[in-house]
Amino acid sequence: MSFILWLSDHLIPLTILYIVGFGALMRRPVYDDFVEGAKEGVRTVFGVLPTLVGLMAGAGVLRSSGLLDAACGVLGRWTEEIGLPPRLLPVAVVKLFSSGAATGLALDIFKTYGPDSRPGLTASLMLSSTETVFYTMSVYFLSVNVKKTRYTLPGALLATATGIAASVFLAGRM
Amino acid sequence: MLNYIWAFMVIAGVVWAALHGNTAAVTQGLLDSAADAVSLCITMLGVVSLWTGILKIGERSGLIDRLAQRLGPVLRFLFPDLPEDHPARRSIAVNMIANVLGLGWAATPAGLQAMKELAELEEERRAAPPESSAGRNTAAKRGAVWRKPEKGAAPPGTASREMCTFLIINISSLQLIPVNMIAYRSQYGSAAPAAIVGPAAAATAVSTLAAVLFCRAMNSKKGT
Repeated sequence: MSFILWLSDHLIPLTILYIVGFGALMRRPVYDDFVEGAKEGVRTVFGVLPTLVGLMAGAGVLRSSGLLDAACGVLGRWTEEIGLPPRLLPVAVVKLFSSGAATGLALDIFKTYGPDSRPGLTASLMLSSTETVFYTMSVYFLSVNVKKTRYTLPGALLATATGIAASVFLAGRM
Repeated sequence: MLNYIWAFMVIAGVVWAALHGNTAAVTQGLLDSAADAVSLCITMLGVVSLWTGILKIGERSGLIDRLAQRLGPVLRFLFPDLPEDHPARRSIAVNMIANVLGLGWAATPAGLQAMKELAELEEERRAAPPESSAGRNTAAKRGAVWRKPEKGAAPPGTASREMCTFLIINISSLQLIPVNMIAYRSQYGSAAPAAIVGPAAAATAVSTLAAVLFCRAMNSKKGT
């Protein structure tokens, strides 16, 4: 665990050092490249603003209406058995279909419990270590007209379940 | 897909609230959420544009291409039947490196290119199975042998082994630094927004390991 925490402190600075150092060695105008990339980032963020408003409003309705708590109360006993806090089950299920909607639910967890709480940490790790299974599969396979996906779905679900299990385990040790 | 999920969230929420007399809370929830989304975007502007700027340097300096070339041994292990000089190798490598760095916009075009090249490879395999004679070769071109494919060639419309492996590894998540998540956490007042970097990398490694083992097991099975 101490190596993992060391990684948290050093990974970002070391990655930046590596990338900028490599660019400078290649005699690239690194600052100009940076500014150009940053402009794209600004456009990306403004591009997702409408999506975020919609999804966070959706998650807000679910929570403030009391439906989310009611659903979690019903599912809670079962999910507690496997060590998954009830609030996280909707995040895990929705993430299979849509990254944005899952983010909306996770932000709701941050708001309710705080990002450094146990559910907040688990949600952070879950969303960082899983992908949108059904979305990715449909985009990639439709692009080449493949209908029979054979063992892709079982494999993808296995990887996702492993990522969720690892997230629950690691969040409990942070 | 999102259309259904979103409609469900809103409609089910409002109906539930009406049944339980919570409609005033829903109004407040809606207004708060919309305002939260805007302040979240302001926080994200800083983190995300910093990161896209840094990654642009990596893209322009040829670092991504350089890293992709080094993936050779990894690709040989994951795709034992993919010919050494096949163009799909490069696309797969660029897609994986871009995913590791969190460059979604660079990963998807390379990934779709890889799927196209893998589909062409499968086309060639169907047209010219390793042990085929000239006669069967023409039959394959006419589409007469689809019912009984040669070992290693998937029928049209069916995923090849390489496609399955590629997608499973892709979906297992490869991202090393979850930049967006760090931004979300700092917006909601986390004491250490980046504290998840190490554990997230560990969780990603574990899920990718499970995917690799699964694909290797499926690859070593006989037949297609």
